[in-house]
Order: sequence, then structure tokens, then C-alpha cells
Amino acid sequence: MIALLIISLLGVKAMGAEILNFKKPLPFAVLLGLALAIGAGVYEWNHPVNISLFNNMLVFNHYALAFTISLCLITFLWFLLSQNYLESETAVTDHYALILFSLAGAIIMTSFGHMVMLFLGIEIMSIPLYVLAGSNKKSLASNEAAFKYFLMGAFATGVLLFGITLIYGATGSFDLIVISEYILQHAFEMPAFFYAGLILLIAGLAFKVSAAPFHFWAPDVYHGSPNVVTAFMSTIVKTAAFAAFFRLFSTCFHSVENSWSQVIWVMAAITLLLGNITAVYQLSFKRMLAYSSISHAGYILLAILAMNNYSAGAICYYTLAYSVAGITAFTVLQQVYALKGNDLIESFNGLAKRNPLLAFALTVSMLSLAGIPPTGGFFAKYTIFIAAINKGHIYLVLIAVIASLIGVYYYFRLIIAAYFKPVNDEAAIELSFQHKLLLILTILITLALGLFPNYILHLFS
Amino acid sequence: MIAVLLVFFPLIASLLVLLANNAMAKKAALFFSVIELVITGYACYLIRTQPDTAMLRFNTPWIFAMGINFHVVLDGISFVLVLLTNILLPIIVLSSFKREFKNANAFYALVLFMQMALVGVFMAMDGFLFYIFWELALIPIYFICLLWGGEDRARITFKFFIYTLVGSLFMLVGLIFLYQHTGPTHSFDINALYKAGQGLTLKAQTFVFWCMFLAFAIKMPVFPFHTWQPDTYTTAPAQGTMLLSGIMLKMGTYGLIRWLIPMVPLGIAEWGQTAVILSIIGIIYASCIAIVQKDFKRLIAYSSIAHVGLIAAGTFAFNIQGLQGAMVQMFSHGINVVGLFFIVDIISSRMNTREISQLGGIRNVAPQFAVFFLIVLLGSVALPLTNGFIGEFLLLNGLYQYNAWYAAIAGLSVILGAVYMLRGYQNIMLGETNKLTLGFADLDRNEKAVLIPLIILIIGLGVYPKPLLDITQPALEKLINSFQAIVSK
Repeated sequence: MIALLIISLLGVKAMGAEILNFKKPLPFAVLLGLALAIGAGVYEWNHPVNISLFNNMLVFNHYALAFTISLCLITFLWFLLSQNYLESETAVTDHYALILFSLAGAIIMTSFGHMVMLFLGIEIMSIPLYVLAGSNKKSLASNEAAFKYFLMGAFATGVLLFGITLIYGATGSFDLIVISEYILQHAFEMPAFFYAGLILLIAGLAFKVSAAPFHFWAPDVYHGSPNVVTAFMSTIVKTAAFAAFFRLFSTCFHSVENSWSQVIWVMAAITLLLGNITAVYQLSFKRMLAYSSISHAGYILLAILAMNNYSAGAICYYTLAYSVAGITAFTVLQQVYALKGNDLIESFNGLAKRNPLLAFALTVSMLSLAGIPPTGGFFAKYTIFIAAINKGHIYLVLIAVIASLIGVYYYFRLIIAAYFKPVNDEAAIELSFQHKLLLILTILITLALGLFPNYILHLFS
Repeated sequence: MIAVLLVFFPLIASLLVLLANNAMAKKAALFFSVIELVITGYACYLIRTQPDTAMLRFNTPWIFAMGINFHVVLDGISFVLVLLTNILLPIIVLSSFKREFKNANAFYALVLFMQMALVGVFMAMDGFLFYIFWELALIPIYFICLLWGGEDRARITFKFFIYTLVGSLFMLVGLIFLYQHTGPTHSFDINALYKAGQGLTLKAQTFVFWCMFLAFAIKMPVFPFHTWQPDTYTTAPAQGTMLLSGIMLKMGTYGLIRWLIPMVPLGIAEWGQTAVILSIIGIIYASCIAIVQKDFKRLIAYSSIAHVGLIAAGTFAFNIQGLQGAMVQMFSHGINVVGLFFIVDIISSRMNTREISQLGGIRNVAPQFAVFFLIVLLGSVALPLTNGFIGEFLLLNGLYQYNAWYAAIAGLSVILGAVYMLRGYQNIMLGETNKLTLGFADLDRNEKAVLIPLIILIIGLGVYPKPLLDITQPALEKLINSFQAIVSK
């Protein structure tokens, strides 16, 4: 709640920074504001007041707070990664404002109590990103990405809205609690269009989390957008989308699980296999990360499918671990990109000679994404598997295990490239203090998540 | 407390070695691994005098949201393998003294890190902790092979990594499956898992059996999951091969005894036969391939498959002789195989080749080397009065009680083993000295320092194996009795 206010105010401030003569202190103010937002979230967590605003339109319960803290933390890291890039761009303050508004939308997505707020949250989060995806004005790929993203995104939002309308028609309310009570009372007499609405909701949200078969936009958009924007999209947007997905389905449609779980089952299986297998064939690191991000959506779908006590914690944990590893990977990519001017995997050859810290950070991040202990990614996968097996989805877990083995193959290509492939030039990469700090932070967070998962899981039990 | 110290001392040592400079790294690593051995010695004294003392146990909640504890125990079964690990480690470190590694500090840090993971695997009494250590052991060895290995190492080590990871992930699924059946308060504690597994239906036990067996079979490796092994052993640096064959593959056999057989007794009753047959196929198959190998390192890699196959077969027979044999043979095989790989390393570093056909007559120029080589080799072919004999005799004895025919076929391994080993020795050491081998220098001090402890262990254990048998006896009997009680129900 306080976090949302802080971030919205910061966004307004950033928008007016040019006029208010606030350009110089802005980067620092943003980092400070995010740190304050994290602090506020922690404070609210420890002083539980179940704040609900505007007749339950926004409900800041523990679930929302956990995701808010996690989102602010990832954004904090993201700013550490991208400040250099933003400084080199024109219209610096606009970038800041757009990102902050997008984050505000993401926080609304984790805390909505009302279908309209869900819709608004998605829009507030997405519209700045349509702009940012095309922010590299001179690049054709970036233009294409923005255009694709906008068209597909608008289309998906339309589908989602249609779904919301049908649910409203069937239950007579937008309020999550009212809807869930109505469904409980009329469990066996829901009209057919209610189920149609459910499927449309799933389709709309699946687009946002880039799950198959609604993932086609993702690789092109991720590849075409500027690196830092892609980092934002593949971490924060995904986290928020999953938070919304699970919040909606666990509060409203838990009781009619049987009608939609099959759909999610098939989606998860396709997403896992398709994302991982396609990632193997990528030559560009950025495209590979795009496909890997699709496959991670598949793992998180397992937790949504499980719908039990583990799920919320598992999703929060997974998205956090995945995002931290993702930010690390994009930081390394940004450095290599600056040196080589492309994002091919072979550009990473001999990275260890160029800069040991970069290579080590890349290794930790890849191990985490591949789910190897003692990194956070392993524990995240493990909680997901626990949740799914607890529900009895043993075959899907086996598919996920096979998928993560394929994952190991392409993540390790990077480690092998960084340490064992020869290079012909010996150009070293110098890191700024900020990036050093960021990499050390992310490495520590990744390892801490893997070794002391208790603290996060404990929050949800 | 001793238990925790045993696990974490190598980790601290590893970090310290990482900070040392390259010249100091090997001395520091040796120093730390000797200290770890001293701690093990103290643990040995404790285990012989007061086996139930709290010093040898440690249990604290780690992730209480999931019923995961940091639970390590040193009992008879664990102790043998911890002892093996900590005896071999200083020897392995010492054996590398003459090699100049690039980034030596990283190399020794990885070796010590691996020691931590291995000791952890052998002591963990919590399913999740076991899995974590199991995976942790894989990462350092992967990098050791990748950074300091031979040709084509990227492809081969990668195959090895994926292969073992397949097994581990299936094991994880099996463990989680059991965990789900541990009643309302889910727990990963080994006894809870035992109870859960023993209460399952045959169909569910079969599922768990294959999940876990796959992981252990790949690690050992048992036929037909062995295809990563010869390549990996050959390409790894000598120290990496010693770690892999001397210690790491014991993770698989240890897993059978501690984590598989008591867990799913009905599954074993149903499928144990299959596992024994696979192991025996592996024994014969690997022995036959070893006979036609041209590269001596590869020959030993295949012989290792044969030896491990016998250990697996004896373990699945699951009677006291078989299990005693498995324990002794795990220990002995570790000692022998490290000795053999060290000898290969001596030959290849002096001659720059491992082709058996290019060598010959080394005995004439290096008599001391010939004697040491012969003793290690006889241990490996299980001559009476060497350690190999005790283990194999007990194993075959146990197998005989299980099924006489199996024992007869598995017994061929001893004969075949003598064939390929002695032929190898004959072609390398005896005969005419050729142009290449004329320049073979005899052992120097460092090499003797490595080989003498090994020789003492080989002969000492062969003549007087009682201490080892005494330590493992009570723990194994407990296992067997609980197993029999369930199967006969």
C-alpha cells in the first residue's frame, strides 16, 4: 500500500523532472524510493493490517505484500543494471517515469480484489512497455518488437476483457470474493458461457505470462527490444503476471478446478517441452533467454495447477529466484554486447579471461536457471515439484524433469563458452562500480536463496 | 559435533586454499586434508569405544516449513566410506605434487570442496540433505574434468554431467514421492522415509525403486548405464579420475545399501533379481572389453565397471556376507583403483603415451616401480592376502547363498580380471626394453610417498581385515533384520 504510493509519486516526480529541475538527483532518488518501498512493505508485513481500499478493489494481504517486496527488489536491481544505459539515452526522465508506472501497474496486479483493477493493472503495466520496447528508435528490430507487442498485447487484453465480461454475466459481480461465493453456492448450475469466460481468462493471462500456445510474440519482442527493457519484461512483468494469475484462480475458481485444470496441464506440458527444445537451437543468447523464459512459465504453471498450500510460496520463490538470475544474465549480456555489438553465444567465448567476475556471475546465474544446487533456482524448482507431486501430477513432473535436463544442455553452453572456448582477442571488460556491486549482490542473493530458503517459505506457511 | 566438523572442515579448507597463491595451494591442501584425516581418526576412536555418543550425531532443523533437517550421523556404514574418502584425499593431493596446474588454487579448492560434498553424502540422514550433497559433489568434479582434462573434454564431461543429472533428478522425484507418503507431518528424515516406503503398495514401490536405482546405477555405473564412464575416466586429469573411481562411484553403492534396499523391500523382492542380472552382465561385458583395450587407462576404467558390478550384485543379494563384502570391497576398490590410476599417471607422464603396445620391459630399468605396480595389481585381481581377496570372497559367498549360478558366472570376473591385468603387466613391464622405455626413470620420493601408504593398506587389510568387519557388522545386521522382518510379513 505505502509502496504503491511511493512508486506512483516517484513516477509523477520523474515525469516532471525536466521542468522541476530534478534531473541530476533523479537516479539516486529512484533507488532510495525503491529501498523505502521495500522497507515499507516489510513494515506492513510485520504489522498486519489487512488493508483493503475502495470497497475491496485493492486488497493488500500478505500475498500481495510478498510480491510487492519481491517486485521492488527486482526493480532495484534492474535500476542498478540499467542506469548507465538510461543515462546514455535521450529523454532519460521519460524512461524512468515509464518504468515506474509500469512497476505501479505490476503492484496493482498483485493486489487487486476486483476484476476491473486486474484489467487496469495489466494495462498500466503494459502500455509503458509498448513504448519502451520501441525506445531504440533507429533499430528496425526494436520498432518491430514494439509493434508486435502492442498489437498482440491489445488483442490479448481484449480476450481477457471478454472473459471478465462473461464471468460477470454468469456471477453478477466483479468482486473476487463475491464471485467465489457465488460459484460455491451454484457449483453445478453455472451456465456454459461461464466456462467459456474461464477459458478466455486463461488465454489472456497465458499471453501475459508467455505460456504456449500464446507465446509466439515473446521471442521476437524480447529479441528486438533494448537489452535492459527485455530484462525488465522477462523478470518483473512475468512475476506480476503470475502473481495475478494465481491470485485470480486461487480466490475465485478454486472450487471449479476440475473444469480448467486439464487445460493448464496441457499448456504446462507444451510450454515446458516447446520452450526448452526451441531454446537448444538458438544461436543468440538473448533469443535463448526468451525461450528459456517461456519454459520457466511452464514450471510455474505446475504450481498454479497444484493449487495447494505450497503454491503461493512456490510461485513467489520461483519468480524471485528466476528474476535474480535473469537480471544477472542480462547484466553480463549488456557488458558483452557493449564489447562485441551482438548477442551471439559465441561472443561469450573466453569471457573468463576478459573478466573473471562476469564469468562467475554468469555461471551462478546459469546454474540457477538450470536448477542445480546450491542455487536458488534449484530450490525453486524443487518446491514446484513438491507442490505438483502433492497434488498427484507425477507424470507432469516427469515431463518437467526431462525438460529441465534439456535446459541444462543449453545453459551449460554459456558456461563452456565462458571458460573453455578460445578467443582471438584479449580485450578485457572493465566493470563500473555499480555493476560490480550488482553482480556481487545477485550472486549472494542467488546462493542465499538456495541455502536458506526457510525464510521465504516460512512466510507463506 | 565431530560429525559437523567432519563435513564442514573441508569446506573451510577449500575457501582458505582458494585464497592461497598457486605455490602454496598444494601444500595447504595437503595440510588440511591430513588434519581432516586426524579428525576422522578421532571419530574412529569414538566409534570403537562409545558408538552411541552424541558427538557422532548432529540434528538441527534447517527448513522447518518442509520438515527438512540438517541431520548427519556417523555409524558403521558411513564411517567406512568417510574413512576411505579422508584417507584417499591426502594421497590424491600428494599424487598431484609434480604436476604444474594452471590456477592451482582453484584446482585444490575444488578437490577439497568435493571432499566436503562426499563426506556429506556418506553421513546425511535426511533425504533432502542427501540429495543436496549428492548434487554438490557433481559440480566440482565437472569443473575439474573440464578445466584440467584431456582432449575432447568439453563434449565428454558434458555427457557425463547430463547423464548423472538425469539419474539425480529421477532420484529427487522418488524422494519427493516418498516424502508425500510420510503421513500428516511431512518429513525427510531417513526413518520416516523408510517407514513411508515400506508401507507403499508394490506398484508404488516399483516406481520408487526404478527412480532411485537409476541414479545409483548411473553413478556406479551398472550396465547399461555405463557409457559415460570410460570416456570420462580417460579424459579426466589423473586426480579427477582418482576422485571419480576411488570415491565418487561409492556414492552409488552406498546409496543402494542405505537409501534403496531398506526403503522399498517389496520392490527389491520383485526387481532385485533384475538388478543382479544387470550387474552380472556388466561384470562379464566390461571384463571382456577390458581384455581388448589398447589404452591402459581405459583398461582400468573398464575393470572398474567389472569390480563395481560385483559389489552391486553382492549388495542386492542382501545377506550379511554379501553386505560385509560390499563394504570391504568398496574400501579396497577405492585403494586399489587409486593406486592403479596413479601408476598409469606415472607411465603416461614419463612416456607421453598409454598405449600398451608401445611399452615393454620397464622392469629392467625401474625395478622398484615394477614391485609396487605388481602389488597394487595383485590387490586388484584379488590374490589371497591382499585386500581385494577379502572383499571379493565375501561378495561371491553372499551371492552364492542368493543363487549358486549367479555366483559361478560372477566368479568368472576374477579369472578374467587376472587375464587382462596380468597381460597388461606383462606387456608393459616385462619383455624387451625398447627405445622409448629405455629412458624410464625409477620412482622418486614423492611417488613412493604416495604408493607406500597404499601398499600398506592393500597388504594390511588383506592379512587383517577384522577392524573393518567389526565396525560395519552391527549396523549391517540391524539393516538386514529390519528388512527380513518386513519381507517375511
